[in-house]
Amino acid sequence: MRIVAEHLNYTYNPSSPFAAHALKDVSIVIEEGEFFGIIGHTGSGKSTFVQHLNGLLRLPSSMKKYKPKKPKKGESLPPAPLLKVGEFDLADKKTDFRALRRRVGMVFQYPEYQLFAETVQEDVAFGLKNFSDEKLTEDKIANAVRAALEIVGLSYDEVKDASPFELSGGQKRRVAIAGVIVTRPEVLVLDEPAAGLDPLGKKEIMELLHRLHGDWCKTVVIVSHDMDEIAENCSRVAVFSEGEVKYCMPPAELFRHAEELIALGLDVPLTAKLCLALERRGIRLDCDFTTEDFIRKTLVAVGEKDA
Amino acid sequence: MDAIRFEDVSFSYGSGAFAIRNLNFSVREGEFVAVLGHNGSGKSTLARLCNGLLVADDGKISVFGKSVSEKDNLFEVRKEVGIVFQNPDNQTVASIVEDDIAFGAENIGVPREEIGERISFALKAVGMEGYRNALCARLSGGQKQRVAIAGVLAVRPKVMILDESTAMLDPRGRKEVVDVVTRLNREEGMTVVLITHFMEEALRADRAIVMNKGEIVMRGTPEDIFERHEELQTYNLTLPRIGYICRKLREGGLNVADTLDEEKLAEEIASCGSLRNI
Repeated sequence: MRIVAEHLNYTYNPSSPFAAHALKDVSIVIEEGEFFGIIGHTGSGKSTFVQHLNGLLRLPSSMKKYKPKKPKKGESLPPAPLLKVGEFDLADKKTDFRALRRRVGMVFQYPEYQLFAETVQEDVAFGLKNFSDEKLTEDKIANAVRAALEIVGLSYDEVKDASPFELSGGQKRRVAIAGVIVTRPEVLVLDEPAAGLDPLGKKEIMELLHRLHGDWCKTVVIVSHDMDEIAENCSRVAVFSEGEVKYCMPPAELFRHAEELIALGLDVPLTAKLCLALERRGIRLDCDFTTEDFIRKTLVAVGEKDA
Repeated sequence: MDAIRFEDVSFSYGSGAFAIRNLNFSVREGEFVAVLGHNGSGKSTLARLCNGLLVADDGKISVFGKSVSEKDNLFEVRKEVGIVFQNPDNQTVASIVEDDIAFGAENIGVPREEIGERISFALKAVGMEGYRNALCARLSGGQKQRVAIAGVLAVRPKVMILDESTAMLDPRGRKEVVDVVTRLNREEGMTVVLITHFMEEALRADRAIVMNKGEIVMRGTPEDIFERHEELQTYNLTLPRIGYICRKLREGGLNVADTLDEEKLAEEIASCGSLRNI
């Protein structure tokens, strides 16, 4: 499903002293099949944006009470916001949001805090049962849960009867992710999927996302603070700052703007810092900012000199 | 005198497996020690044993010479050792910043007039003077953690333990918190035990220990430890990315020394001769 957002605006606590304009005229297109990254510091609007993707936050025009504004004479209205996820038009009141949510899975920050059931099996099956239109047979449920647990790297027979609270931190997060992907969503959105894990846990989660990406979920969207993670994994990145999209491009192009990103208060990947430091010493490396490419290009630069 | 001393300490959560096994370790007064280890290696158990939140099954733990296992000492020990936990939201007890900071000090019976002074001191120490009457709920994660640190400071402990206090913060918040504790250590002589799995943070410490399966498996300065990268990997820890790059460049035949500083590495690469632009 292709995601098209145009002129999105969102204000928290509108018409109150705490009103906060979280999104300002945001336009982004995410193609089907992308591994899309969203970065920006706390309060930049990135979570507000992703919560629109499965209708947790709604466009005004999709609300029951919405009445379109009529322009006064001589006044032109700002362009109407538009948000389409595949065939779903999220600006439309008649959209079936339940059907949408079945196809756009959302994994929140620290999803393990949302585990609640007595056994892993029940926890993972919860969303599946809720989203199903007919009553599922026990067999069907067990098969779906088994497949979901196995793709996240857990053994169904070992964990199905365990309490989710007995598992380790990394395992809990996997169970929580299994509970979302069990409905086989086409788009999977994850808010800080690797936050709070140790380096190995981080690596395993990113490997898991690559395993899911493609066959299981066509499109993966991650929100992250970890620039190295973004540089290594994403096909394209959108940079949010103060509710606006400042950049939207592949990481290989984005991190050439390292100085501008630092000025926005954002971190840049280590490779970009190294490239900047090398540039100050008169060496320009044309790398795509993944660690491996940086190493390769540096070595090539040295090799050419020797030749 | 040692601020914290563990002698042959063992602890298990009752399920049979040891969370801490025969641990011997001490922290000198005024030292900055980093504790590294993957999830489940026993780091947090270690923190909770230090001030008697958990009681050791075996062995002896003392804080400034006072045994933690004696109930009568607990009150004194907890005044000396403050802990800042992982989740900023779980440590807030009041809705206004100054009330939250005062909570610990009030509990140990500090006179009212003095509490005011201590709040001012603590807020200044964490760089949040302007937030005395702010609502805790409206602070950012990094700010909340700094308020939690201020709450510990108001008790005037000699030792501060940070149990993955930066794990839930964004890079900016993480830097705020680590800067504050580094300054407290350098300028106020506070003893700091920083438990973390961010390798970069461990670099600020005087000394680092690595834990695995409830035991201390590596000890040394952070630089020493990062040099032993193959050993680190066996404990499910990874080098800081920059260490990995140094190693790979060396394997590729580029003569660069191990460093954890970007500028230094760039200098090293540049000094390998006049590189061509590619």
